Amino acid sequence: MKKLMSFFIAIVAACLLLTLGVNRLEHAQGDANAKTLNLFNWGDYIDPALLTKFSKETGYKVNYETFDSNEAMLTKIQQGGTSYDLAVPSDYTIEKMKKEHLLLPLDRSKIKGMNNIGKDFLNKSFDPGNRYSIPYFWGTLGIIYNDRYVQADEMQHWSDLWNPKWRHSIMLVDSARDILGLALVKNGDSMNTKSVAQVTRAKDSLDDLAPNVKAIVADEIKMYMIQNEAPLAVTWSGEASEMLANNSHLHYVVPTEGSNLWFDNLVIPKTAKHFKAIYAFLNFMLEPKNAKQNAEYVGYATPNDKAKAMLPKAIRNDKQFYPEPKTIGKLQVYDDLGLKTVGMYNDLFLEFKMHRS
Amino acid sequence: MSNTAKRLYYIPYMLWIILFVIAPVALIIYQSFFNLDHQFTLGNYAAYFTSGTYLRMTLNSFWYALIITVATVLISYPAALFLNQLKHKDLWLLLIILPTWINLLLKAYAFIGIFGQNGSVNQFLGFIGIGPKQILFTDFSFIFVATYIEIPFMILPIYNAIAEIDPALLNASRDLGATNWQTLTRVLLPLTRKGVVAGVQAVFIPSLSLFMLTRLIGGNRVITLGTAIEEHFLTTMNWGMGSTIGVILIVMMFLSMALTAERRHKRKGIGTGAKEK
Amino acid sequence: MQKKNKLGRLYLVFVFLVLYLPIAYLIYFSFSTGSTMNTFKQFTWANYQTLFADTRLIQIVLQTLLLALLSSLIATIVGTMGALGIAATKRQANRNLMLSLNNILMVSPDVIIGASFLILFTMLGISLGFGSVLASHIAFSIPIVVLMVLPRIQEMDHALIDAAYDLGASGPQVLNRVILPFITPGIVAGYFMAFTYSLDDFAVTFFVTGNGFATLSVEIYSRARQGISLEINALSALMFLFALVLVLVYFFIQLHQTNRQRRNKEKAGGAAK
Repeated sequence: MKKLMSFFIAIVAACLLLTLGVNRLEHAQGDANAKTLNLFNWGDYIDPALLTKFSKETGYKVNYETFDSNEAMLTKIQQGGTSYDLAVPSDYTIEKMKKEHLLLPLDRSKIKGMNNIGKDFLNKSFDPGNRYSIPYFWGTLGIIYNDRYVQADEMQHWSDLWNPKWRHSIMLVDSARDILGLALVKNGDSMNTKSVAQVTRAKDSLDDLAPNVKAIVADEIKMYMIQNEAPLAVTWSGEASEMLANNSHLHYVVPTEGSNLWFDNLVIPKTAKHFKAIYAFLNFMLEPKNAKQNAEYVGYATPNDKAKAMLPKAIRNDKQFYPEPKTIGKLQVYDDLGLKTVGMYNDLFLEFKMHRS
Repeated sequence: MSNTAKRLYYIPYMLWIILFVIAPVALIIYQSFFNLDHQFTLGNYAAYFTSGTYLRMTLNSFWYALIITVATVLISYPAALFLNQLKHKDLWLLLIILPTWINLLLKAYAFIGIFGQNGSVNQFLGFIGIGPKQILFTDFSFIFVATYIEIPFMILPIYNAIAEIDPALLNASRDLGATNWQTLTRVLLPLTRKGVVAGVQAVFIPSLSLFMLTRLIGGNRVITLGTAIEEHFLTTMNWGMGSTIGVILIVMMFLSMALTAERRHKRKGIGTGAKEK
Repeated sequence: MQKKNKLGRLYLVFVFLVLYLPIAYLIYFSFSTGSTMNTFKQFTWANYQTLFADTRLIQIVLQTLLLALLSSLIATIVGTMGALGIAATKRQANRNLMLSLNNILMVSPDVIIGASFLILFTMLGISLGFGSVLASHIAFSIPIVVLMVLPRIQEMDHALIDAAYDLGASGPQVLNRVILPFITPGIVAGYFMAFTYSLDDFAVTFFVTGNGFATLSVEIYSRARQGISLEINALSALMFLFALVLVLVYFFIQLHQTNRQRRNKEKAGGAAK
């Protein structure tokens, strides 16, 4: 009994010490009464130095909370109970949030620097006229190949993946829309089709691809490709930039016949409270200088044309991540297909996964 | 002292059961009867029982959870036994638990590096002349890592069960001419049965709904019910179907509890206890 | 018997090697100049420097530890009381029912628990933050405590308790003097398991957190899309070392105490002669 009591007392003492430490740090990070901004973003998706700079310039303290998937973020905003001022969802999620009245419209009169954003990235189908969103980063879906095993001319089109030569060589990213989407493009269909027949045909094509598929993974695909685990992978440009930076044998291709164009965007969810801070932050992030610094830290492609012009030549002329306008013209942005069709895509994709095992 | 007063301490636990078990389960059961249009339906259950995909997934889940549990017991039992013979056994036990405090995702990433084509294991295999093998995305690597994660949860209850056995009992068994093997099967195993059962419950039940490792290490070659639930809750937002699978998991747990439950509570002789296994 | 012991030692060495292999790997890469855990580039302390400069991350670590320590403490107390209650339940069927209810949270995948707790909290009008996360962690840690404590109670000799009552001990006395000392190893085991659960949880915490409260797991998982930097490795290395030192200190204090006790006893024994 004595032993148990001393054990518990030690724990309580440790708890008290930790509370003290947490309070200390909170004070060190800024005045507790300072006005705050609650930013809900992907983990490590902004240069922390920018947050500090923003606080210094404007006096607002940024609470940075993180999520790991669009859907998880959506659920949290839907349920309420939190007060996020800004969130960074991807394109199709914005459409969904709009439909469910989870977004507040932007007051354009308070936003400076919207014309820094390239025309290619504005007025997209998910948010006509950009009433709700400001593009944050953008990218594509494509193929990564390792030049130790694959020649550049062997891998230019989606159909090249089906070559029997690549038996057991391809890693796919675990996303129903993207993988069925590439099969749809290969078959000449739209990535936004709602036709059961077309999606089923795409699934049949994927079943033919199955012998070539080595694994279906998520974020860890970066680690796998960097350590030469497979010659080929299908993933997004964002993941690709991290891989290329760490393994010089890797290259990224966006098939010319078409692919996905994705955006992460800043939006104001209905849970927002601190509007002055919100517009201060939006204007801060639209400044070319800051957008450039952020793009260098995160490594994704920036939609801010003025910021892009400030980037080193090697980066801004890199066709892998800033493709030519001709290719961009062929890219498709995902629409929100509605829960039923999304369910259909996912069920078929699940069957494809089971087909492999 | 009255019986009710004696059991006042039971109240917080019952409150917990009501608030955090019964209420959420009621919510899950309620949701499992609704489709995407928020209409009442039995369709989710129909979909589950008529779809070959889900039934195969269920079988997969059961099968892999079983293998993982058996592997964990086989590794943990001797480890717990030998730990008990060490001089500073409490210290060593703590050292068994310590690795669990490092984040799971990080450990999984470490295993990806270790098991990779150019990883330490394959370098070793190459060194001893076997040559590199594909280790990741195989049943072996998946079961290995899953077992790795569960081992401390199994060792702990078994260790505690062994620790409380009177050493005199084991000496007596040997003095009476029993071989080591007989001592193990006739004395040790029956006396530590409760510890093993606790360990099996702590490992088997959560293993039914594994999902992250099946993707990280298994490359989605192994698909379990956990994968499907994850998808329905987070990707398709079909909470009805996700809840249905959740309800089925809970029913499966009740069944496996009934199977491992202590049968009639009477003190059995040690000999018959061993046969009962 | 000697031979068997050696084999046993060898087996344990092997088990420990495997258990610590990935951790050694993580720590090794915390000293690399690269940005991933694939190839070791050059030795550096830079990852540790970034870590110490990152007050946000340090705050998250302290919060995570506080949450884990506190939630497992409360879960252990409630769970132990629950285990005592279950053990005291006379009817076999009721006991099995309680145990099954107990295990529901262990079988339910984290997303389901997280989502239903989130709905529960919003329905009850509880604002999300440290409090809701603490309540959830206590909730999902209780079952493992019960599982660790219950076998211990059931192993207890009932004659012992009866004897205590016969000797005129009151209920609390029996609990304090007879039952609790006997089940202490189970309680401590339960505490450590609950602590582990709390440290490792991602999905439940993510759903029920808010107002700027974050734990280390949530932070690490949400960094996966951008790639987890080696700063996190450095952090894990430090936390591991800290835990190791704590364990060793605890052990030496214990060793010191038992040694002193033994010496005292020996002295007393010598005096008697």
